[in-house]
Amino acid sequence: MNKHETGRHRGLGGRDLALILGTGLLAAGAVTFWHHSRQPRPPVPPDSAPGRTSRQGRYGDYAVSGRSVTINRPRGEVYAFWRDFSNLSRFMSNVAAVKTEGDLTTWTIAAPAGRTVTVRTRIVSERENEEIVWRSVEGSDIDTEGKVSFRDAPGGRGTEVEAVIAYVPPVGRLGQMIAKLFGREPRIQGRHELKRLKMLMETGEVATSRNRVTD
Amino acid sequence: MRALTYHGTHDVRVDTVPDPQIVNPRDAVIEVTATAICGSDLHLYDGVIPGVMRGDILGHEFMGRVVETGRESTLKKGQRVVVPFTISCGKCFHCMKQQYSACDNSNPAEKQDLTEPLYGEALSGLFGYSQLTGGYPGGQAEYVRVPFSDVGPIVIPDGPSDEEVLFLSDILPTGWMAAENCDIEEGDTVAVWGCGPVGLFAVQSALLMGAHQVIAIDHYPNRLDLARKLGAKVIDYRRTHVLEAVREMTGGIGPDAVIDAVGMESHGFQPDNAMDTVKQKIGIGADRGHVLREAIMAVRKGGRVSMPGVYGGFLDKFPTGAFMEKGLQWRTGQTHVQKYTHDLLRRIQEGEIDTTFLISHRLPLEEAPRGYRNFHSNQDEWTKVVLTPGS
Ligand SMILES: NC(=O)c1ccc[n+]([C@@H]2O[C@H](COP(=O)([O-])OP(=O)(O)OC[C@H]3O[C@@H](n4cnc5c(N)ncnc54)[C@H](O)[C@@H]3O)[C@@H](O)[C@H]2O)c1
Ligand SMILES: [Zn+2]
Ligand SMILES: [Zn+2]
Repeated sequence: MNKHETGRHRGLGGRDLALILGTGLLAAGAVTFWHHSRQPRPPVPPDSAPGRTSRQGRYGDYAVSGRSVTINRPRGEVYAFWRDFSNLSRFMSNVAAVKTEGDLTTWTIAAPAGRTVTVRTRIVSERENEEIVWRSVEGSDIDTEGKVSFRDAPGGRGTEVEAVIAYVPPVGRLGQMIAKLFGREPRIQGRHELKRLKMLMETGEVATSRNRVTD
Repeated sequence: MRALTYHGTHDVRVDTVPDPQIVNPRDAVIEVTATAICGSDLHLYDGVIPGVMRGDILGHEFMGRVVETGRESTLKKGQRVVVPFTISCGKCFHCMKQQYSACDNSNPAEKQDLTEPLYGEALSGLFGYSQLTGGYPGGQAEYVRVPFSDVGPIVIPDGPSDEEVLFLSDILPTGWMAAENCDIEEGDTVAVWGCGPVGLFAVQSALLMGAHQVIAIDHYPNRLDLARKLGAKVIDYRRTHVLEAVREMTGGIGPDAVIDAVGMESHGFQPDNAMDTVKQKIGIGADRGHVLREAIMAVRKGGRVSMPGVYGGFLDKFPTGAFMEKGLQWRTGQTHVQKYTHDLLRRIQEGEIDTTFLISHRLPLEEAPRGYRNFHSNQDEWTKVVLTPGS
């Protein structure tokens, strides 16, 4: 039983995470939760809901959150906008800068007291106009992986964008700071970002009730 | 600039605040020439809508001249425009369906945190109507920043006066949509609770849409008189048993459609209302639903319930049984103003609709607090207050 192992991308957390993200990176084939638990559970087939809406909050060491949004624009356009990572800081409020060298991306994230957190990721798979999967590499301040997928919405409603992020909430001082940044309400954070992306793509601007540029 | 700001329950003041600027490309800035106080503002004034903060600029019924335009605005400086109280992007799924008050893109993402737990989904942004609807500074001010100015504001040609077109911003389309939601058929009776501006415009609209009979219900003699002059039959609920009266006035059938143009602050000393008032006072998000309950009991089997009146939280003792067993239909919502403005402007220009009969008081913006006080506590005479800045 390797349930309590905490190694990166190993153990139960890693395998379940792969299921959640659907990346197939970490687990070989479709393994279901109850195969790993001590008590055999009755073989109730999983329901149709995305794994991240499960009442189970954690997957091993990983916290998972995700959200979908339908954007009234063609799939190719939404994909291309996202794939140009320099666009991401336009709707991700914490992201100060994104730098790309080859398949390596460095994210500079603004933290309180003028500090920054650096996350380095590599694209581990991508299918044009369909999905982008990334994972953090050595030297990243946060151990994280994520996936964004793009599907045609039914009835000509545009594109369904689904973003799922998993990360290991770090420990220590840095961890506390990072937890402040994302840990508290990663769901809310994710929702804000996808809604801002939708606003940008559909209306060309991000809604604000500020009355002055400097407010 | 000068603007009417919220300082607490029954405490609004005209303060000097910074002028608005163009912030987003589709913005325009309007110099307000006329603005009004709405029954909806009274819910804020009474402190029964959550999320109003000290210093918030109120007001959502306004018009004026364009003084600045963002690079994507289609307006031109100097144009006279009426601005819908609903802020709508014109591009999202809901706007395409003309469900403008459900716009996905006008309520800032971070403000939606308040609304999602309360309503399941965030609504469109509204001017001057609490942080729940985006925290946008309102129109009871000298200047207003108008987002999505290429979609909302309607340009008014020379001819009609400000007063004749001002109510295109809210209460005229609201009364119209309330009547439209009744799906009026030949021979129909429509009963309207509330003879405030919304109820009065609903009466006028229902008659224009061919209702055989409109019954208007209130307790203020002057407001009832305005309804009578429009052609309605009236019921003073202080004098008459409403349920019995509407049945007897419809050949024992009941009205085919009912309109709740009162909302969450129903007056009266009925037991259900007294209990609701206590709950509202201690601030547990309770609505006062006496009118809605009465309207559901009054409407005929298979009839329609139209609810322009605003509710914000939760209602108990809702007559679910009557609603289900009678097989009723229910339609409501913040008005999809942009859907109606062009058609209603034409009707005003052709003299089909009278929009000024309900204005009782005209005040300079500086006297807005007096306007609130009286529109709130002296409703019989103060039927509608129009404010003019800079006078
Ligand atoms: N849906 C929308 O988009 C929209 C837009 C504007 C206003 N509104 C709402 O419409 C409602 C009416 O607005 P208004 O400007 O006419 O307000 P108002 O306060 O001037 O009028 C309300 C009227 O209801 C009457 N009333 C109170 N209790 C009653 C009862 N038990 N039976 C019959 N009549 C009763 C009052 O005497 C008053 O005349 C408010 O709730 C307002 O918020 C909704
Ligand atoms: Zn109003
Ligand atoms: Zn919209």
